[in-house]
Amino acid sequence: MEAFLGNLDKVIDGFSWTVRLTLCSALFSFILGVVLTAMRVSPVPMMRGLATVYVEGIRNTPLTLVLLFCGLGINSALGVALADSVKWDVFWWAVIGLSAYTACFVSESLRAGVNTVPLGQVEAARSLGLTFTQNLRLIVLPQALRSVVGPLGSVLIALTKNTTIASVAGLGVQEASRQMKLMFDQGIAPVIPTFIGFALGFLILTLPTGFFFGWLSKRVAVAR
Amino acid sequence: MTVQNVLFDAPGPRARARSRVFSVVTVLAGLVLLALIYLGLNRSFGEGSPPLSSPEAWQVNPEGQWAAERWAPFLVAETWTGYIIPGLQNTLTAALYAAVLAILFGLVFGIGRLSQHAPIRWISGAVVEFFRGIPLLMLIFFTMALPLAVNQFLTAIGSDPLPPRTFQVDALAAVVVGLTLYNGSVLAEVFRAGINAVPKGQAEAAESLGMRRTQVLWLIQIPQAITSMMPAIVAQLVVLLKDSALGYIIAFPELLRGFSLIGTRYGNVIPAAIIAAAIYIVINISLSRLAIWLERRNARRGKASAHAAAAPGVQEPPTGPEDPAPAGPAPDGPGRP
Repeated sequence: MEAFLGNLDKVIDGFSWTVRLTLCSALFSFILGVVLTAMRVSPVPMMRGLATVYVEGIRNTPLTLVLLFCGLGINSALGVALADSVKWDVFWWAVIGLSAYTACFVSESLRAGVNTVPLGQVEAARSLGLTFTQNLRLIVLPQALRSVVGPLGSVLIALTKNTTIASVAGLGVQEASRQMKLMFDQGIAPVIPTFIGFALGFLILTLPTGFFFGWLSKRVAVAR
Repeated sequence: MTVQNVLFDAPGPRARARSRVFSVVTVLAGLVLLALIYLGLNRSFGEGSPPLSSPEAWQVNPEGQWAAERWAPFLVAETWTGYIIPGLQNTLTAALYAAVLAILFGLVFGIGRLSQHAPIRWISGAVVEFFRGIPLLMLIFFTMALPLAVNQFLTAIGSDPLPPRTFQVDALAAVVVGLTLYNGSVLAEVFRAGINAVPKGQAEAAESLGMRRTQVLWLIQIPQAITSMMPAIVAQLVVLLKDSALGYIIAFPELLRGFSLIGTRYGNVIPAAIIAAAIYIVINISLSRLAIWLERRNARRGKASAHAAAAPGVQEPPTGPEDPAPAGPAPDGPGRP
């Protein structure tokens, strides 16, 4: 265990990248997810079609492939850089890949939430003369959001765990699982304590998130 | 009728006109995006490339990813027999092993969490929560490092390390173990939720007939739970199949690794990625359709489908495009994003 604790700076550095990836991707995927949901319930058939094709396509592609496409495909093969240093360049590409992928799951959850809003709410809003955008913005989305807090928490937890793939799929962000692999390979710390330490690190990130979202979803639940 | 059909009125002439305008804008935006992708992969940007207004910029660049010779390898039988079909076989083999083992794992620990003995409940709960809470990739790395761990452990307790080559973990085993532990834990929650969803009266009636606890479970509860759990199980198997692509990372020669080899050999990373994505999408959408069909069949029979209970670690409802009407966000269906 001492060997593991002796390398605590590496562990903390790894988890700092995990947290950064998670937070940035969560933000972008939430925004993209809301836009996709709005498109999928919109009156314009073209928008519905485009959003459905996007969600169904990306959702059924392995995340490894999505990130490889960003990393090897666009970043390396085409040489499109997003930042000056390699460290931040791969970071932003990983954020793009993770956001593009996670947005599908945010959108699926939100759409399920839209389905829970009672018809009467929407009909009342329409009879008051609200347009589609007003209806969505003032009536439907606020209620839908409150009813999907739990599922969105689960998506966030899955995103936290999925950030590990960003280190390997052609991108090499120095996040926690990569640090663990490096510590295994260099033999600087025994395998079992290292694994348990990193596993605990992830549990420290994911379990409170789960409890917090569980608590929040009960607190903001719409009483019907 | 779902909410999405009543969010707006039946369009009148003005709304139809507006809708047409938005349609055109959407199509244009889509075309611009496609054009950017086309031009980007065609290497029409950057130093020394012709201006976008000239026709040269739009012609297929022999250096770019759209050149015919980059796609030609996919017309050769050898590419398919040499890389893609063996890769697909390995993917399906790993997924099949992992699916069977994960269902067994899920059964053991799902039933364990329903045990009447508190220690068994606690241990099962701890195992399930642990494996659901940590990334699958870490499990795979750990399995790969297991021989090293055993030797370190043996050295630490003062005995000799294992002789070389007696205990090795190959990539297939690591992928299968990782997939089994993670998806098995999720399935354990599915099974627990499904068995809990069987009306209490069923178990009580069976007990009053004098059945033992195991008999109640295997003869009464599980047969009734199975039908309602099927969609959730299939949805989780889609996740499992998708996650088998992680084998790429530890050089397990599965489908994605096959395409990556093609990409390096012929310098056609983008065409390879597009075709790989297409294959995964076709397989996964067919499996998802199966889950939706099973769910609908259950709905027709008047049974609700089981979803795993809300707990940290998973996921979102397995909702397809044509969900049976307002189902509500079944808080945590299985399915890892």
